[in-house]
Amino acid sequence: MRGASHEGETMSVLGPFSGFAVTFRNMFRKPVTTQYPKVKREKPQRFHGRHVLNRYPDGMEKCIGCELCAGVCPARCIYVRGADNPQDAPVSPGERFGFVYEINMLRCIFCALCVEACPTEAITMTHLFEMSVTDRTDAIYTRDELLVNSDGSVNHPQPDGPLIDLNELKLGDGWMRATAPSGRASYEGVVAWTPSARTGNLPAEDGQSGGRQPAGEGSAED
Amino acid sequence: MTGWELFIEAAIKVVVAFVILLVAVLLLVWAERRVVAVMQNRIGPNRAGPFGMMQTLADGMKLFFKESMTPRKVEFAIYIAAPVAALVPALLIFLVIPIGAPVEIAGRDITFQVTDLNVGVLYVLALSSLAVYAVTLAGWSSGSKYPLLGSVRASAQMISYEAALGLALVPVIMFAGTTSLAGIVEAQQGDILGFLGPWNIVLLPSFVIFMIAAFAETNRAPFDLVEAEQEIVGGYHTEYSGFRFALFFLAEYINIFNMAALTVVFFLGGWGGPLFGPQWLQIVLPVGYFLTKTAFVIFIFFWVRATLPRMRYDQLMGFGWKRLIPISLVWIMLSMVAVGVRRFGLPWS
Repeated sequence: MRGASHEGETMSVLGPFSGFAVTFRNMFRKPVTTQYPKVKREKPQRFHGRHVLNRYPDGMEKCIGCELCAGVCPARCIYVRGADNPQDAPVSPGERFGFVYEINMLRCIFCALCVEACPTEAITMTHLFEMSVTDRTDAIYTRDELLVNSDGSVNHPQPDGPLIDLNELKLGDGWMRATAPSGRASYEGVVAWTPSARTGNLPAEDGQSGGRQPAGEGSAED
Repeated sequence: MTGWELFIEAAIKVVVAFVILLVAVLLLVWAERRVVAVMQNRIGPNRAGPFGMMQTLADGMKLFFKESMTPRKVEFAIYIAAPVAALVPALLIFLVIPIGAPVEIAGRDITFQVTDLNVGVLYVLALSSLAVYAVTLAGWSSGSKYPLLGSVRASAQMISYEAALGLALVPVIMFAGTTSLAGIVEAQQGDILGFLGPWNIVLLPSFVIFMIAAFAETNRAPFDLVEAEQEIVGGYHTEYSGFRFALFFLAEYINIFNMAALTVVFFLGGWGGPLFGPQWLQIVLPVGYFLTKTAFVIFIFFWVRATLPRMRYDQLMGFGWKRLIPISLVWIMLSMVAVGVRRFGLPWS
């Protein structure tokens, strides 16, 4: 504080002009702009992009239609209806499965509370965020677009292009990793992350148990 | 020289002057956006043409093809006339500015200005005063409150700073002994240090006052209260769109170029600079010096815009009337004494 006032006294004559030095100095700094469509900034690992509904590696859906995601959603953008699994051809390894699953991306605030609430890690987020549409109804993602295909690919309303990089759908899940049981010290040596058809079994992050160790089998990330 | 020759020479000069102004505005708008962007760690327009230089052309074409909307409450005749009234004085001022040294080609004296008026300074001041009319009429005829507020501010501001602008030039005229712009530039030529003439920038208070008043005259930051976006939308041109708006825009930037060119003429030795090389270089170099100096002054315009925040209205008026005008009056007195001493010697010797 004393230093600042002292500087103010000595600079009182040139004070109004000291701003010119600031703007002049900044002319020689590197611009902070990223040339967006051409150059994309690297996204943080736990980026909140669009959602996907995961499957187990054997092709079973993880969603059990419990509607916890819909209940916790502060934007009320998720609509889920569960149904009983058919006895002869079960969709998920439980009693029930997500029969209807819709997310209104115009309402979604990408808070990832649904991801946190999900008891089976069925809903997770990816790095894909370029979801512009020309029709409002296209912004409502249905089960078809959310659910991971059994080969790990995801249906997306827009085709791959200069803006939409469908590989981003393979990235993400950072939030779940942060809160997964394997993040706790007491789970030392246990990677409790459930493998999925999309990303396989994710390696643990730095600081998590199992971090900085050879990645588990089927790892697709990094 | 016959009448026809004079006519053709004048016609060529007018067309060239017009082209120079339009090209200058094209580059000026682009350069301003680039320079301010770089000062703010941004990139600025870089898509249209090399380094985005064609951005202004693209914007101009867009404005040209846009609908010129006419609000219902406008005074139509004045509303239409105001953009023209803004552009015409801006174009006319440039006609008396010498952009190069006079040369002799094929036995004829060619001057690099459309015409050399012996009352050039008065002509410039008179025409820059006329620009107030365009702003005031545009604001009033729009029949809308923000344009009216903008034009009321404009009339007060431009008239206030007009006085300082004129007073700042009095010492220059006294030292040069002429009001012709060519004469003022000529008076600044010489061979101090081998090539540099006695540039009027040594009249530093005049230079500073003139620059400040020039910012106010062209409604540039920090004196852009006339079109303060945050307070009164677009100011006097709020209700203008399409090509009519483009005319205002054009006039604004031509005025900036004119003011920078006048600063060079009055204070920075005009086209003066070291000359060398063959004869064609003797013609090109002065024009190059003039344009370089003008570009430098324009850069100062941009720099100020990127640095200083807008003044408050009472500060604006107080600064104009209570600071600039008294200072310039005192400075005129001192200059008078200096000129008198130079001419008649010290009274006691």
